[in-house]
Amino acid sequence: MEHLRIRWFQWAAPQSFYPLAGRLWPWFAALAAVLALAGLYLGFFVAPTDFQQGEGYRIIFVHVPASWMSMVIYLAMAFWAFLGFTFNTRISGMMTQALAPTGAMFTFLSLWTGALWGKPMWGTWWVWDARLTSELILFFLYMGYIALTSAIDDPRRADRAGGLLALVGAVNVPIIYFSVKWWNTLHQGASVSLTKSPSMAAVMLWAMLVMTLAFWAYAVGMAFYRVRQTILEREQDAAWVGELKEIAP
Amino acid sequence: MSAFMAVLQRDLQLALRRKSEVLTAVFFFVVVATLFPLAIGPEPDTLRKIAPGILWVGAMLASLLSLGRLFAPDYQDGSLEQMALSQAPLPVLVAAKVTAHWLLSGLPLTLLSPLLALQFGLDAPTMGVLLLSLLVGTPLLSFIGAVGAALTLGVRGGEVLLSLLVLPLYIPALVFGSGAVEAQLSGLEYGAQMSILMAMLLLAGFFGPWACALALRIALE
Amino acid sequence: MSWNSWEEFWDMGGYAFFVWGSYGVVFAGVALELWLAVRRRSAVLNGLRSHREDAYAEDAP
Repeated sequence: MEHLRIRWFQWAAPQSFYPLAGRLWPWFAALAAVLALAGLYLGFFVAPTDFQQGEGYRIIFVHVPASWMSMVIYLAMAFWAFLGFTFNTRISGMMTQALAPTGAMFTFLSLWTGALWGKPMWGTWWVWDARLTSELILFFLYMGYIALTSAIDDPRRADRAGGLLALVGAVNVPIIYFSVKWWNTLHQGASVSLTKSPSMAAVMLWAMLVMTLAFWAYAVGMAFYRVRQTILEREQDAAWVGELKEIAP
Repeated sequence: MSAFMAVLQRDLQLALRRKSEVLTAVFFFVVVATLFPLAIGPEPDTLRKIAPGILWVGAMLASLLSLGRLFAPDYQDGSLEQMALSQAPLPVLVAAKVTAHWLLSGLPLTLLSPLLALQFGLDAPTMGVLLLSLLVGTPLLSFIGAVGAALTLGVRGGEVLLSLLVLPLYIPALVFGSGAVEAQLSGLEYGAQMSILMAMLLLAGFFGPWACALALRIALE
Repeated sequence: MSWNSWEEFWDMGGYAFFVWGSYGVVFAGVALELWLAVRRRSAVLNGLRSHREDAYAEDAP
């Protein structure tokens, strides 16, 4: 057990994490590319035309993965924040910050594609259904996190304040979703709902799943790539940084 | 307990010396509530229908306005650091400060709400539910807002940032608070909404000061 | 799913604007994120190189 514990914390040091992230991100990038190609092929050249929604339904192959990943990434941020508070590792705060921009982007994409899906199907650009409204609130939570961490100059304080915000946000997400769902069922007269997806042929589900994994691999790769810059910025005076191949040829 | 009362008393005394700040939030509530009929039109049926939402949002924004005062003065003059170093558990002291804050902002807003409800043509039972929902809701907003205030202590552009952080977290309170009033207005039961609101208050009252104390320690390091 | 022609594919059964409007923004978002990330890397590396040169310049006798 002692031996295992030492090994983990060794990786948590920025000096070790930097090369580790450097070795990992290309694999995730390649995985994302392969999965995306497979998913898009399935979605456009295998999945049939939908009976009700024609070809317009094909938006779900990016809309649903973006929605799912926007939530998964936020949970991942909260997870890293939790690790950071428990083990007091510096790398945790950096990973939380590295994940945020991709998560925010996916949330935005979810809203944008949701609007473009909703307009032809239900006639309006915006629908106040529970999922889309919750997604909008999640977007605000991401913006709040990014704004807070950008506004605080001290990196350590930014990490910890952001981490606490991410944790508080994550705890609140189910509460927010529950309250929005309640609000929606109370007020929603019409049966307009983006949760009523087309009756799914198996291949449609597969395409969605593959695209979700593609988005996941992309997000992980981006986070590993981004965190390296954060490490370099914060450790810039350390000896090991000065001796890196990239800097001292 | 005595530490709680000591901090509560201190905050109340300090605030009463600066009465204008207390009144600002109240006047803001009144002004906002007046703006909507001006913007939407004086049609009584419309106003009655939108009143629960407007009055709740108005109370929410007014409460948000006064959050800046919660920790900043003590942070600036060093007494916050003293509190963090003291024997008494910081969450208890935080709870005391939040209680004082509510007594000075949330409670006056709540007590004023029936008057504003008159402007929107709400009947007596609905006014009662509005009062009750704000009575439970405003302390809930104070506890949630306190965490945001602690996170943004001394940060550039803190006031606007605070709004961005806290408003999404306010949404459940808003949904159930105004929902209760709307239910009464439509002649439906409001018990479920009030129960949920009270449950949220209990959770926030318990976990809020703890999270807030953590945020303060982060800010003080 | 077999498309009879490329025109049919691009037309997406009349939903072209919505489908390609969605996928277009997804690709644009990804491209933007990649570009910003690479740009940041260059900036950080350049900054560190000059930082290192400054440090060596100080140490020089």
